[in-house]
Amino acid sequence: MPSLKDLKNRIASVKATQKITKAMKMVAAAKLRRAQEAAEAARPYSQRMSAVLANIAQAVGQDDTAPRLMTGTGKDDVHLLVVCTAERGLCGGFNSQIARLARDHTRKLLANGKTVKIICVGKKGFDILRREFASLIIDRVDLREVKKIGFTNADEIGRKVIALFDKGEFDVCTLFYSEFKSVIAQIPTAQQLIPASAGEAAEQSDAIYDYEPDAAAILGDLIPRNISVQIFRALLENVAGEMGAKMSAMDNATRNAGEMINKLTLSYNRQRQAQITKELIEIISGAEAL
Amino acid sequence: MVMADSFNFELVSPERLLLSGSVTAVVIPASEGEMTVMANHAPTMTTIQPGVVTVSFADGQTDRYVVFGGFADILPTGCTLLAESAVHIDEISRDDIAKRIEVARGELDAAPNDEHRASIERYIAQLGTVQGTILPA
Repeated sequence: MPSLKDLKNRIASVKATQKITKAMKMVAAAKLRRAQEAAEAARPYSQRMSAVLANIAQAVGQDDTAPRLMTGTGKDDVHLLVVCTAERGLCGGFNSQIARLARDHTRKLLANGKTVKIICVGKKGFDILRREFASLIIDRVDLREVKKIGFTNADEIGRKVIALFDKGEFDVCTLFYSEFKSVIAQIPTAQQLIPASAGEAAEQSDAIYDYEPDAAAILGDLIPRNISVQIFRALLENVAGEMGAKMSAMDNATRNAGEMINKLTLSYNRQRQAQITKELIEIISGAEAL
Repeated sequence: MVMADSFNFELVSPERLLLSGSVTAVVIPASEGEMTVMANHAPTMTTIQPGVVTVSFADGQTDRYVVFGGFADILPTGCTLLAESAVHIDEISRDDIAKRIEVARGELDAAPNDEHRASIERYIAQLGTVQGTILPA
C-alpha cells in the first residue's frame, strides 16, 4: 500500500504530464489547421497538372516518342519504394501504419524474387524499417530542419528518384504516404510513380492543341515535374495527417491522465479517511481504557 | 477603343493559387518568345521560361508576376499558367534572384552531362535577364 505521500507525488506527476499532453494537443491543432490550408492551397496545381498531363498523353499516345518515365523500362525486377513518414513520434499509429504497409509490400516483393530498394523520407519510417531491411535502404531524406515544407523539398526528392531511374537503378517506383481523410482517419496509401500513369480519362476537350515546342518535348518536361508534384502532395498530406493523428493521440492521453488523476485522488482520500478513522479509534479506545 | 473580350486566367504555383479571375490580356514569357494571350486564342500548350507575366484586367489595370519556369495551357475560353514558382513583382528582391542563380550555379558542377549543363546555363542566363529587366540596379 503506497503511503499518502507517495500518492500525492504520483498525482502531482500525472498532473504535470497531463499539462504537457494538453499543450501538445493544442499545438498540434494549430499546426493541423495550417497544414490543412497548405494542402488545400496546393490542390489546384496538382489538379490542373493531371488534367493537362492526361490531355498531352492522349495527344502523344503510347508511341515510341513517349518518354521512358511514362512507359517504364518494360521490366518489373527492381522496385524502388519511397516511404514518407513523419519526423517525430507521439502521434499514435501514424508512422507505424505507413511503415507496416511498406514492410508488407517489401516482403511480398522479396518473396516474389524481386529486388527492393528503399528511400526513407522522415526519421520515424527509417527507424522502423531499419530493423528489418537495413541493407535495402539506399538513401534517407531528413526534413527535420524544415519548418514548412516547400515545393523545393519535394523537387529535390523527385530529382533524386529521376536521377536513379536514368541510371537504370530501378524499374518501378512506388510512393508510400498517408492520405489525409479527416482528423481521425489517415489512410496509409501506396501510389505508383514510375511508370507514370496518365491519370483519369482526359476531359472532354477535343481541341487540337498547338504545341510549343513539340508535344513530346513538353511531355518530357512535364512528367518529371509531375513526379515532384505527387511527392509534394504526399508530403503535405503527411504533415496534415501527422498533426491530426497527434491531436487525437494527445487528446486520448489527456483524457487518460484525467481518469488516472481521478482514481489516484479517490484512493488518496480513502486512505486519508482510513487514517483519520484509525487515529480516532486509537484515541477512543485509549480513553475507554482509563 | 473597343473593349477587348475578357477570359479566365489562372496563375498557379505548387504552393498556392496566386491569381484567378477575368482578364483581357496576358503576356507570357513562352520558351519560344513572349506571347500575348487574349480571348479566343487558339488552343496552345507551351513551356515558359523565367520572366515576367503581365496581366491586364478589364478595368485597365495591370499586374505583374515573376515566374520561374513552368508551362501554360491556353484554350479559347481561358488560360492556365502552371508556374514552377511564382512571386508577385512587389515581393521579389534582387537578393532573391541572386540566390536562385547561386543555387543553379551549384547544380552546374553536379550536372551529369553537357546537355544538362547547357540547360542550366541557359536558365542562369534567363535569370540574369529577369534580374536586369525588372529590377534596374
